[in-house]
Amino acid sequence: MIAELGQFAIIMALLAAVVQATLPLIGAERLDSRLMNFGGQAALIQMFFATLAFGCLTQAYIVSDFTLLNVAENSHSSKPMLYKITGVWGNHEGSMLLWVLILAVFGAAVAAFGRNLPATLKARVLAIQAMIGVGFLTFLIFTSNPFTRLVTPPLNGNDLNPLLQDPGLAFHPPMLYIGYVGFSVAFSFAIAALIEGKVDAAWARWVRPWTLTAWTFLTGGIVLGSWWAYYELGWGGWWFWDPVENVSFMPWLMGTALLHSAIVVEKRNSLKVWTILLAILTFSLSLIGTFIVRSGLLTSVHAFAVNPERGIFILFLLAIAIGGSLTLFALRAPALKAGGIFSPISREGGLLLNNLLLSTACATVFLGTLYPLFLEAIGGGRVSIGPPFYNNTFVPVMIPLLLLVCVGAHLPWKRADLLGVLGRLKFAGLATIIAALVAWYIADGGPLLAILGLGMASWLLLGTISEWMDRIKLFRAPLSTSWQRAINLPGSVWGMTLAHGGLAIAVAGMIATTAWKVEEVAILKPGETLSVFGTDYRFEGVREITGPNYGAIEGTFVVSQNGEYMATLKPEKRLYNVQKMPTTEAAIHSTFVGDYYAVIGDPDGTGGWTVRIYREPLVTWIWFGCGLMVFAGLVSLADRRLRVGAPADKKQARLPRKAAEASS
Amino acid sequence: MTRKSRRIYILVVSLTLLAAATFLVINALDENLSYFHSPTDLKTKEVTIGRSLRLGGLVEEGTWVKLDGGLTHRFSITDNAESVEVTYKGIMPDLFREGQGVITEGSLNEQGEFIAHEVLAKHDENYMPAEVTEALKASGEWRGEEEGQATQ
Repeated sequence: MIAELGQFAIIMALLAAVVQATLPLIGAERLDSRLMNFGGQAALIQMFFATLAFGCLTQAYIVSDFTLLNVAENSHSSKPMLYKITGVWGNHEGSMLLWVLILAVFGAAVAAFGRNLPATLKARVLAIQAMIGVGFLTFLIFTSNPFTRLVTPPLNGNDLNPLLQDPGLAFHPPMLYIGYVGFSVAFSFAIAALIEGKVDAAWARWVRPWTLTAWTFLTGGIVLGSWWAYYELGWGGWWFWDPVENVSFMPWLMGTALLHSAIVVEKRNSLKVWTILLAILTFSLSLIGTFIVRSGLLTSVHAFAVNPERGIFILFLLAIAIGGSLTLFALRAPALKAGGIFSPISREGGLLLNNLLLSTACATVFLGTLYPLFLEAIGGGRVSIGPPFYNNTFVPVMIPLLLLVCVGAHLPWKRADLLGVLGRLKFAGLATIIAALVAWYIADGGPLLAILGLGMASWLLLGTISEWMDRIKLFRAPLSTSWQRAINLPGSVWGMTLAHGGLAIAVAGMIATTAWKVEEVAILKPGETLSVFGTDYRFEGVREITGPNYGAIEGTFVVSQNGEYMATLKPEKRLYNVQKMPTTEAAIHSTFVGDYYAVIGDPDGTGGWTVRIYREPLVTWIWFGCGLMVFAGLVSLADRRLRVGAPADKKQARLPRKAAEASS
Repeated sequence: MTRKSRRIYILVVSLTLLAAATFLVINALDENLSYFHSPTDLKTKEVTIGRSLRLGGLVEEGTWVKLDGGLTHRFSITDNAESVEVTYKGIMPDLFREGQGVITEGSLNEQGEFIAHEVLAKHDENYMPAEVTEALKASGEWRGEEEGQATQ
């Protein structure tokens, strides 16, 4: 009965989306405020039914209702409750339902928080948002129905892929989806602006919080995925340039560019056409990401099921969304009035360069990810492109960007004196050289490129700090004045400083782990000790343990340095009962300077065990730096200027609506 | 600075970037494309020694041996027509078994042995790499369901 209610709810959500996609658009054309107001109501109704449907599916998972095909295929009664719930989106149908739910929630949020938007713009944004909804709801109902019943239900289910039964991965898909789908709002705003033929500073200000929300969650989602790969796959790596990683990284790169170019539109009323294009491209890349992963074109843990019918349906959706929006862009963009002019050496010029470099970097990732698919489609054979490709293309493009971040942040708007700015950065430059020398001393030589890379990261960090110090006049004014200025800095400025600082820390971590990672494979008998990079790992032996839905072999290592006890590591090798699938659970001891990482392998038959020990320097810096970027996004979102005029000033908010009503 | 000169400036910067990126991409593609080969391909086609390529097929039953106490693995990959011996030093993925579909990445050495530096056995036990399915079909040795890949 509950499942039928869910089925009913997704159909109702589709109907609400159809109403929302049409009536407000007609209303905006005719300036009919009653038709336009349908948009907001329909958005709330659509969200209600999408939530209801999602709730129904969740309930089926919680009570293990195996009369549902979806539950029977992807759940098991012995699974821990957390994974029963997260299993809702651990499969194709459920994850599409989550996609649709998040889309509807964003639509409803625009309806609820967008009270101060001009009525026509709001109506058009909601209509575009609903069009995406119609596409995905149709897809859900006709090709991926999560509520299909089984005539003869099994006694128990097939269980969820054990690799997905993990706390890190449980919340990776929802965060990633909030990111992907959040860019739909920027997309809807861009399309609505093209229809209206007007982009101005106010438009940029409305788009910014949505873009920022999407970017923040996407960053979090990607980092969670990377962290999961690091500790769950047991290879000690955190990024593999795997196509499924790349498709989430591309919208991130474009979204980052969008975030920066929207600032130019907001402050200087310039780069408008470019910003609209970026908004379209960012969401298009999110759609392509969904398409590539879901269509089974790439096989991985993410490709739940291969089904050509679905692939063609998504391809069709993609063609309409991307083709349609780009056509509209080509038709309407030339009509947008160009804004203020600026010199190449200026804040605008810096942000433009940032955009060009980010898009170029994104293009190299795009090529590397899609070239094999393209080559195969034209019958050029099956190829794969490995990490060296990205090291030789993506990395060289990103280096100038990382070097210029702190220079750009120092530049004033319109035109700037480059020598003056470099003069203000001389202390940062000096400190960078010292930091690089210290790194060189600690690493005892080491690869020169990595030392230079660490120098680059510290330049980015110190340049960012010096910009912040300039803003609060630290050491140039009394401390109390500086303190006051720091408190009064707007959230978006804090956000910028924290995000750039986080980036610097993460980059330092990435470079250090890549350059100085140590991997040691050996066969150990209980009682034997393996020494890796000055650290002793004494193997104590193994024992068998039993988990809720798996059995495991647990090894014990005592880690010590110079005879001093540091930690006990207990890596496991699990065998899940239902799918009979083995997984590796690495044991990790994290410290500020690096991780001690142990994995237990197979017995060699004579009492010894294969073990792998990794020494991962500064790897925690990656998670900390990226975490700081997520935090920066939240701080920036809290900036009250983003909300100015929103619900705050009721009088002003009401005026435009009255005007619109009067004109109809 | 006028609108026109700004446009020229943007154009010059973009074109420079585009040219640099194209150069990098073409260079990197040339060096880092690794083509998929079935054992039959490897025996019949011309293959450059030392060039990275992918070899995929089924792990032949009864050929997996562990050398130096389990750190080095030797096994044969077959498409049921030809088979190639592979040497791999490192830890096998959890899902590596005889009789299963597998893809290895590596290169041929001077002695004609295939030295793998990576072995990919996929996350899902029933999963057969699409390349392997196709190669088996090509050699007329496909024994699975008619329509392609196994689903979960």
